[in-house]
Amino acid sequence: MSVERSDIEKIATLARIRIDEKEVPEVVNRLNDILGMVDKMQSIDTSGVEPMANPLDASQRLRADTVSENNQRDRFQDIAPNAENGLYLVPKVIE
Amino acid sequence: MHNKSLTELSNGLATNEFSSVELTQHYLDRIHRLDKVYNSFITVTAELAITQAKAADKRISDGQQSPLCGIPLAHKDIFCTEGVKTSCGSKMLDNFVPPYNATVIENFNAAGAVTLGKTNMDEFAMGSSNESSFYGAVKNPWDINCVPGGSSGGSAAAVAAQLTPAATGTDTGGSIRQPAALCGITGLKPTYGRVSRYGMIAFASSLDQGGPMTRSAEDAALLLDVMAGFDEKDSTSMVKDVPDYKSTLNDKLDGLTIGLPKEFLGDGLAPEIEKAVEIAIKEYEALGATLKEISLPNTELAIPCYYIIAPSEASANLSRFDGVRYGHRCENPKDLFDLYTRTREEGFGDEVKRRILVGSYALSAGFYDAYYKKAQQIRRLIKNDFVEAFKNVDVIMGPTVPNPAFKLGEKSNDPVSMYLEDIYTISTNLAGLPGMSIPAGFTAQKPAGLQLIGDYFSEGKLLNIAHRFQQATDWHKQCPPEPSMQKPSTGQEG
Repeated sequence: MSVERSDIEKIATLARIRIDEKEVPEVVNRLNDILGMVDKMQSIDTSGVEPMANPLDASQRLRADTVSENNQRDRFQDIAPNAENGLYLVPKVIE
Repeated sequence: MHNKSLTELSNGLATNEFSSVELTQHYLDRIHRLDKVYNSFITVTAELAITQAKAADKRISDGQQSPLCGIPLAHKDIFCTEGVKTSCGSKMLDNFVPPYNATVIENFNAAGAVTLGKTNMDEFAMGSSNESSFYGAVKNPWDINCVPGGSSGGSAAAVAAQLTPAATGTDTGGSIRQPAALCGITGLKPTYGRVSRYGMIAFASSLDQGGPMTRSAEDAALLLDVMAGFDEKDSTSMVKDVPDYKSTLNDKLDGLTIGLPKEFLGDGLAPEIEKAVEIAIKEYEALGATLKEISLPNTELAIPCYYIIAPSEASANLSRFDGVRYGHRCENPKDLFDLYTRTREEGFGDEVKRRILVGSYALSAGFYDAYYKKAQQIRRLIKNDFVEAFKNVDVIMGPTVPNPAFKLGEKSNDPVSMYLEDIYTISTNLAGLPGMSIPAGFTAQKPAGLQLIGDYFSEGKLLNIAHRFQQATDWHKQCPPEPSMQKPSTGQEG
């Protein structure tokens, strides 16, 4: 499988990464190099093979639904680019 | 002082031969004098180090010494350190000062270790040469025109150049073992789930694992003792007792069966590395081991499989860098979409963007089964190869990397050729097994690494096997010449 300009534009939007217009051809080429390399997988018959998400086949450990952390909001917001009155500020979303 | 093992340093502290403050200052002076050439540190924490060293000296004089108390260490800049910038090698986190410590850092602090600083690395651990760092490439101490490997290239170079007695690293596809091989040091990637990933900035969560990078297996045992163990803050941490790794270092190797995968030798392997591996394996025969040829038939699928799984998980993990809560934010965003897309365009380097795009593509509607699910199925086939092999052998050995350290800039415009350097290390991460690289000779003055792969949670056995080799050889004791003795070539800067 390979990608072209329109695919890159769609993926870049999904990934929320702006790609400069003049860099698009280079990105297309590099991604196709990588996709060409991974294509080797497609020739392998994997029917009936259970996908492996965790190398030890361990499942997510659960804990009791109780408060385990202190509220440290002010500390965490100290390092935010723009926060005020306990809120993270972003450009206006609703007119 | 910088030629001593961790045990010798610890004894020196115990007998008042030198204090932790003197030892720490010695290393800070070496960093100050030599790291302008290597660029192995992103941040040097001189003030913090002296404060910690003073506290360690007090602990020692109070009779509270433990093996790493007062020992200076360097940490890969992927481990969050409270109050100390943690950049992950990225512009995105150039201004990030974490409000908490990674569990690994907490463990070292509790043990009384001293933090010299944070080491350079490929951006978000994505790379095999350390050239993708926002803070510039690291130089290989054995040849400053060559790469140190990556992504833990700063830690490997700093240990090799003796700017720190030991360091931490992380390994997602070979990022501890490959730079360890290229810089001539000892590196261990533990079993997945052995070392807590809490506060270790995530790249590919089903593959990432932290481990020690040291000058010997004995030193690695001391670090792993402190790093390993269950952590309830990491949901993939395994509930399993940590053995005393030091106590089994000297066990005899009589009757040990070494598996040699035929897929790891031959095609694509530099003949001089193959030679070094052969000689090392002969040494093991002399130590009482027997050899057995084995097959890991799906080896050639490891790189394709990894380059779907790792970017897919990375694209999800790195979605957190949005310019809202911490890290870089673009100037004057006109709306929320502009804020996200320009922040990420400016904050991430080319290789990181490439991997996020590959991952986003592989996970996008219509492609999931053909890529991510397929890769997870192949991942099981790769694991099954190892499970089968370990029915007949105790340890698997081969080269860590196919080639010695390459020149800075040589592969930086060809991602796929760079990816192929990880051919022998990646399958271990996919299977979740522990792997190690130890120095096994030189090819044209550049180090060659021998890789040891063990069964699940066999870190103690691997350290034992590596230690016995290091008792019989002195490759791990070789030191690179100081940079003033080396000539930089021109125009090779990556």
